[in-house]
Amino acid sequence: MKSLFYYRDRYVRSQPSAFCPGCGGGIILNCFVRALDDLGIDKDRVLAVSGIGCSAWIPSPNFKGDTLHTTHGRAIAFATGAKAFNPDLVTVVFTGDGDGAGIGGNHLIHAARRNIDLKVILVNNMSYAMTGGQIAPTTLHGETTVTSPYGNPEFPLDITQLVRAAGATYVAKWSTYHVVELTNAIKEALTHKGFSFIEVLSQCPTQQRRIFNLRGPLDSLPPRILEMFGESTFIRGRPDRDQYVYAVPKGDIQAALKAATRLGEAKVVDHMAFGQVVKVMGDPEALKPGLMGLPSVRYVADKYEGKIELGLFEKKSRPEFTESLREIIRRAQGVEA
Amino acid sequence: MLKPGRHLVLGNVACAEGAIRAGCRFFAGYPITPASEISHHLAMELPKVGGVFLQMEDEIASIASVVGASWAGAKAMTATSGPGFDLMQENIGYAHMTETPLVVVNVQRSGPSTGQSTEPSQQDIYQAKYGAHGDYEVIALSPWSVQEMFELTVRAFNLAESYRTPVMLMSDGLIGHIEEKLVVPEEVQVVDRRKPSSRDATPWGTDDPSLVPEMPIFGMGHELLVTGSTHRPDGVRNFSPEYHQAIVYRIRDKILNAEAKIRDLHTEHLDDARVVVLSYGASARPSYEAVVRAREKGIKTGLCRLKTVWPFPEEFLSGLAERVEAFIVVEMNMGKLVREVERVVCGRAKVHSLSKVGGVLPPSREILEAIRRESR
Repeated sequence: MKSLFYYRDRYVRSQPSAFCPGCGGGIILNCFVRALDDLGIDKDRVLAVSGIGCSAWIPSPNFKGDTLHTTHGRAIAFATGAKAFNPDLVTVVFTGDGDGAGIGGNHLIHAARRNIDLKVILVNNMSYAMTGGQIAPTTLHGETTVTSPYGNPEFPLDITQLVRAAGATYVAKWSTYHVVELTNAIKEALTHKGFSFIEVLSQCPTQQRRIFNLRGPLDSLPPRILEMFGESTFIRGRPDRDQYVYAVPKGDIQAALKAATRLGEAKVVDHMAFGQVVKVMGDPEALKPGLMGLPSVRYVADKYEGKIELGLFEKKSRPEFTESLREIIRRAQGVEA
Repeated sequence: MLKPGRHLVLGNVACAEGAIRAGCRFFAGYPITPASEISHHLAMELPKVGGVFLQMEDEIASIASVVGASWAGAKAMTATSGPGFDLMQENIGYAHMTETPLVVVNVQRSGPSTGQSTEPSQQDIYQAKYGAHGDYEVIALSPWSVQEMFELTVRAFNLAESYRTPVMLMSDGLIGHIEEKLVVPEEVQVVDRRKPSSRDATPWGTDDPSLVPEMPIFGMGHELLVTGSTHRPDGVRNFSPEYHQAIVYRIRDKILNAEAKIRDLHTEHLDDARVVVLSYGASARPSYEAVVRAREKGIKTGLCRLKTVWPFPEEFLSGLAERVEAFIVVEMNMGKLVREVERVVCGRAKVHSLSKVGGVLPPSREILEAIRRESR
């Protein structure tokens, strides 16, 4: 086990961090440099490209290697040029939900279609965080932001499914709660030949406080949001063997908790789809009638209801773009492959 | 690739040929009239010399990938027309701020908007200079023939590499789409960017009098920090007024200080001219004809054709303004560059604008009439 100092001294430019306290950006940088180190990839061969937004600051200036910090939404297009001209560059793109799926959505689709060997880490904090927390294409329906003060009238885009449909050959989705899985996914992406895409749900205590209506002191938020990511997600092909339901309170959460405790082991948790809810352990069929009858409970949700699916979504092989370009050069020069 | 010697080719093909001779090994573009033939020719020819041709999803991606390729070590180019040039502006600004050598060809067409998409114009001449937000100084060249499509494309690459800056080749739908004689020379003089002398080179700061820093490329262990944000000489983001002023003034001055070297004029009979016809690109063709005819009639007129439009040859024209009576500025727009001429002449001579829109060249007889009128 290597110390944090090892990774910092080797891979991180010594800068005062520009991230807000509790930001997910540092976790993602950490997973990234560990993946590089575990695989023994020479960092001089790595090019980290980013656009505009908090995600862009993960590599620039933090990553102590070549970085290209570009314009809003265009990181993948810049990376395409560098990678196409020099395929030896291990080209990793850091982008955000607004950067990569909003303003830059077109480049994302077409890079996936080409199957160019870029590794794209899309940091999804469900808002335009750097500019003040406006609605993003990933903000959930009904959520409150500075540009949706009465609730978001739009529905979010499932970026992972979009990229998969566009033809990406490696697609995974994790969160900053799942650091081991995320590190392994980055390693898989780095060793995969072709367009590799990892969406990472990331915590933003600064903006998600409003979006998820989280109350309490600021320094309590990062762990709470991480726990919420764990609570509000499930993993493909890894069944959740626990039995439980969520009781959505009508008014005071403490009243709902008190009442629910009589029916089973219960605790208050944050849920991305329902806000603060009471998690009640036990057989759902046995719990539901009793919970629904409680005056302090508005709704009872099943354990998978409103949850976000994480895991590996695609891993397949198809001709990679820069190899096809090299084949074209051989063909044009009349050289037999 | 065309062999050295005489050929009959399209202006756009001459541009593509010039690019390959200049060392261009990366092209990215998006289909658009009247620039597409540059793509067609490079799609065929670039792979033969080991180069990369990409058709991107839009013009934004085209210029973005050209910047990426340039930092990966390529001499890189894109080609477009008005609507695509609009879309490219943000990343052209990025290329200025990061001091990325590259060439943008704009085969200008008649706008605004879709306008007369197949017809030539010179309406983007100010956009070449002021298209992106912020302050910067641009180099823009304007060819008037198929031969110059070749020669100025080569020069555009050499200037881009010399000054580490984007260079605009401001052609138009007429020059792009005419077939004329092209003489491909045996040898082409090619300039390469200054490579870093050490791993500690500062990519955005220099003591060199040229003000042009050395340029490292990706993958060589330089731990490059390329950013469009205001940065220190080592690339680290820093928004202080001092760092911002240092970089934007240097980016401006590296071009302006070299104006005399970048300047490229075609002049005829300026020695004794009383009336000067000033033009550039396609509209300089009827201008030239009018000057020749006026001379035949004994009228003391001359031609000043700007092959380099930006930086503007201020010093030269200011000198000229001291000894001539009038300038007739001929262009295919509503009268754009004439403002720059007025500014430099500053009342010392008359400045007359002769401009045409609608995809038509200003007719030589109208120019001749103007010469007569001004020389009375």
